[in-house]
Amino acid sequence: MSLMSEKEKKNLRNRQRKSLYFSRLCAAVTWSSVFLLCVLIYQVSVDGLSWIDWQFISSFPSRFPERAGIKSALVGTLWLIGLIAIISIPIGVSSALYLEEFTKPGKLNKFIEVNISNLAGVPSIVYGILGLAIFVRFFALERSLLSGALTMSLLILPVIIIASREAIRTVPMSIRQAAYSLGATRWQTAWAHVLPASFPGIMTGVILALSRAIGETAPLIIIGALTFVAFLPEGPMDSFTAMPIQIYNWISRPQQDFHDLAAAGIIVLLLVLLIMNATAIYIRNKTERRLK
Amino acid sequence: MAEAANQSIKKSGRRFGESCIISWLTVCAAVSVITTAAIIGLLLKESLVFFENVSPADFFFGTSWVPILKPSSYGVLPLVWGTLQVTIGAAIVAIPLGLACAIYLSEYASPKMRAYIKPVLELLAGIPTIVYGYFALTFVTPILRSIFPDVQVFNSLSAAIVVGIMILPMIATLSDNALRAVPESLRQGAYALGATSYEVTTKVVVPAGLSGVMASFLLAISRAIGETMAVTIAAGQTPNLSLSMFESIQTMTAYIVQVSLGDTPAGGIAYQTLFAVGGLLFIITLLINIVSQLVLSKYREVYE
Repeated sequence: MSLMSEKEKKNLRNRQRKSLYFSRLCAAVTWSSVFLLCVLIYQVSVDGLSWIDWQFISSFPSRFPERAGIKSALVGTLWLIGLIAIISIPIGVSSALYLEEFTKPGKLNKFIEVNISNLAGVPSIVYGILGLAIFVRFFALERSLLSGALTMSLLILPVIIIASREAIRTVPMSIRQAAYSLGATRWQTAWAHVLPASFPGIMTGVILALSRAIGETAPLIIIGALTFVAFLPEGPMDSFTAMPIQIYNWISRPQQDFHDLAAAGIIVLLLVLLIMNATAIYIRNKTERRLK
Repeated sequence: MAEAANQSIKKSGRRFGESCIISWLTVCAAVSVITTAAIIGLLLKESLVFFENVSPADFFFGTSWVPILKPSSYGVLPLVWGTLQVTIGAAIVAIPLGLACAIYLSEYASPKMRAYIKPVLELLAGIPTIVYGYFALTFVTPILRSIFPDVQVFNSLSAAIVVGIMILPMIATLSDNALRAVPESLRQGAYALGATSYEVTTKVVVPAGLSGVMASFLLAISRAIGETMAVTIAAGQTPNLSLSMFESIQTMTAYIVQVSLGDTPAGGIAYQTLFAVGGLLFIITLLINIVSQLVLSKYREVYE
């Protein structure tokens, strides 16, 4: 004798079928977004790969697509990364240390915290407007690498602070207590024990933040990075262009050849990003092993 | 004696250096507060100058945006509508797909599968927006044009689709985190009552993690509103109140880019529009971010 009537069995079968279809649908959606990434990369490679050669890397931009290259943009981006790193890493890590190690949880701490999480949500273009008014005009730094780097540093600061705080929080309390019990001061503890222990996490966060800065276009356009630069910047006060700006310039031209050049530029940009991310993973793995 | 020893410790150079360092750390932490104050102060100050020349009613309710040519008109509605069109379109693409991804990752995928898919989603999220702009213009738009012949070269549909693809990984990873935070005992309880996996997911897990899921939607929408390069490239530079998504439009962000690319003299009214539009953008995204934080903290279901 069956425990279920025919109707109940049918109902159960329907529910199970629905469940199966649902799980397959979710899987299909997920795999199609993975597929989309492949399409994107394939599309860019098909358009741009044939344009990439030494001439493309080592030439200045040109009105003639076959002579145009990405040299000034690549050098500009490398300058930017360097300057942004010098400015944003000390400030970001110090802020995180202050918030995690040197204040008690309270209203002030909470206020700064809310502030930082709101800053992380401000659109990048608003930072561009801020940079234009403060650095370019008010401090009269003109449309220089330094203006760009300062603007970008403000943009990625919240990301660095949030990542560093998370890394610092994972350091076990016992390490701090051991240092204090030996008579170390707060700063000695933070500098010699907490910071090294949280280094891999901080580095990962910093590199991810820097790679976000490399891809950002809008703030640099607002502060007025040039789109046609046939020289290399020699110091932080020189005007400059950067890879995303150069790519935007090529995309916004109507000719197909320039669109292909843009694709070639995108490949170089993605390669730089890939190298940075790989470095982040390498540093993380290496330092983690050493600390154990 | 003891007191003297105490004194010498207090006066020692180490303590002085330490207080210097702590002051430095405090200054660094203050940088973020100063940045916020600077953004708000600057936008407010320059917008006030703008509103001395243009009445707020004309700005907020005017339906024509002609800032540079004469006769000029400063009604921001066409720009807001452009942004809204792209954002709604992007949300329609990204919310169902992102949630489906999150459900797959947290409920169905094996740990090994997760280990493969999560990095891919992070890669998708890390691709610069300019690349998505290129993708929209050279890949999505031609496909749309072959399906619907009256789609223009620059159109909001293609921008919306691409921005949707762009915010999808954000929804997927954040919602996945929220769903995985739902305790296993709830699922097991539902299974014990005879529920199928579909019923467990839709009637137990998603409602339990709803605050995190909603917060991820809001954050993604705020990101779509602030998105600049992809919409500038794909959607064009024509302020437009049209309902059609096949036409060229201009978003608030695209307008800011357009003004910056031209050589706008400082102090002119066109320069001030930068701050008025930027200020509006800032307020909208800030409100959405605050609401998402409220959703997270007020409606969080806490399980022991």
